[in-house]
Amino acid sequence: MTTREKKMGLATRDAYGQALAELGRENPNVVVLDGDVSGSTKSRMFAKEFPDRFFNFGIAEANLVSAAAGFASCGKIPFASSFSAFLMCKTYDQLRMSVANPHLNVKLCGSHSGISLGQDGASQMAVEDIALACSLPKFTVLVPADETSTRALVKRAAEHLGPVFIRTSRPNVPLIYAPGEMFEIGRAKLLRPGRDVTVIAIGMMVWEALEAAELCVEKGIDVRVIDMHTVKPLDEQAIVAAAKETGAIVTAEEHLIDGGLGSRVAQVVVQNHPVPMEFVGLKNTYAESGTPAQLFERYGLTAKAIVEAIETVC
Amino acid sequence: MTISDRDELKKLANTVRKDIIQMTGTAGSGHPTSSLSTVEILTTLFFQVLRHDPKRPDWPDRDRFILSKGHAAPALYAFLARSGYFPVDRLMTLRKLDSPLQGHPERHRMGGVEASTGSLGQGISIGIGMALAGRLDRKDYRVYVMTGDGECDEGQVWEAALYAGNRGLDNLTVIVDHNQAQQDGWVKDVMDLAPLGDKWRAFKWHTIEIDGHDWDQVSKAFDEARAAKGKPTVIIARTVKGKGVSFMENKPELHGIPPTPEQVEQALRELEQP
Repeated sequence: MTTREKKMGLATRDAYGQALAELGRENPNVVVLDGDVSGSTKSRMFAKEFPDRFFNFGIAEANLVSAAAGFASCGKIPFASSFSAFLMCKTYDQLRMSVANPHLNVKLCGSHSGISLGQDGASQMAVEDIALACSLPKFTVLVPADETSTRALVKRAAEHLGPVFIRTSRPNVPLIYAPGEMFEIGRAKLLRPGRDVTVIAIGMMVWEALEAAELCVEKGIDVRVIDMHTVKPLDEQAIVAAAKETGAIVTAEEHLIDGGLGSRVAQVVVQNHPVPMEFVGLKNTYAESGTPAQLFERYGLTAKAIVEAIETVC
Repeated sequence: MTISDRDELKKLANTVRKDIIQMTGTAGSGHPTSSLSTVEILTTLFFQVLRHDPKRPDWPDRDRFILSKGHAAPALYAFLARSGYFPVDRLMTLRKLDSPLQGHPERHRMGGVEASTGSLGQGISIGIGMALAGRLDRKDYRVYVMTGDGECDEGQVWEAALYAGNRGLDNLTVIVDHNQAQQDGWVKDVMDLAPLGDKWRAFKWHTIEIDGHDWDQVSKAFDEARAAKGKPTVIIARTVKGKGVSFMENKPELHGIPPTPEQVEQALRELEQP
């Protein structure tokens, strides 16, 4: 169920912190590891309540990720948190050999993902983290769009047996879902029915996709919008149905278009029911310092950019 | 199985050395010299020190051993087999398709292998997670990690050393198999580690430096590690790469080179001598 008037909610990183604290109360096996940025990732909300189960590893992400694997091999459910740029991009080898190869039950939460962290600039911006996480065999990759979906998906991640990457972002974001909405890993959310084209979006681009669909009404284009909160494993049924029923697909992500949501959706489309596609995302470039709104405008991550993409495939 | 008789231990060490030669000879690849340097240390560890039960590899209270220098996998597999984790005849499937004895150890393929290693530098960090979990659960198991000396080039080793030293993880013991050679040559030429003991001491570790082939020194070092409170222990064991086979000893160029069938015969003959 969507709430179409723009009501701002928490940042997904805040919802992550709240969900962690809740998990801490429910399950004594949950432990949290952070790399000296707990105030930013919001894992501090857990640390305050459960200091014995919180481990600050300092600025040493490789050690942090492998240690999380050690915890998991002893039956704990470790949530490892840091900026996504450091948690994922610095530790690819630890992710592959400490975590993915033995398929250990490690949860990774990368905050400040994409370019919406704004002023801090490119070194802090993970724009390749989804590609890295999706490349790891049997990883589950979750990109929630608002606070409600974050809370629900963090819970699902804790229940899921196996490695999970959860991607959160820095700014407050509009509410997409009413409180209490249920989520399942691998089951996309149909946010708006439509017959002419489907926009498949993740994270902060879900709101932009809904805006784009509104803008298309006056153009006479009936846009379906899907929130593909689980980028791996993809909801192939929803994608194939979209291809068959709407005949065109646009993907939208705050990430490089190479190896991200768009590439993965395209794989499903060409294997099952080829239709014209267009990709909204960063195109072969890093971003820079600026306000989030300025950056979204400059790098083409807006409702307007999605409308343009829609018009090229319709 | 705990063995207290020294002669028995020596016999086992010899058996494992023969296993290593035969395994790598049969496979036609692997790292025999990197495996041979570990033998006195791992014989002592597996048959005197570790609290483990080969019939219950997932026993929550077991001591953990991580072979961080995963290329010494033949040694690990031989000790697991000789301890009773799996039948000895399976050793000759090393590196063959469908064998759980992968070229480098993989945790999910076999009981007794505690971590997937081979990409150097990760073992101590994984051991830290296990040691912290044990502390949290008030369990008294201990965690042992063996690294190579060349492996100490990896930055992650020192991230882990800094963490464990600062947190006083006294249920964690690291053994550095200081065989003084790495793939491209002598450690002192490729990337000198000296003074290695001072480095670990500076990171707040209880540091013991021994001859890693001297049974008394090895055994005493493990006792001392268990007794050390408030600090993790590192045992820097000076060893000989290729130890026990005359034509393999102290030859850095033999890193990752398996013996030929003739060399297997010669090595086995040498190891038959008391």
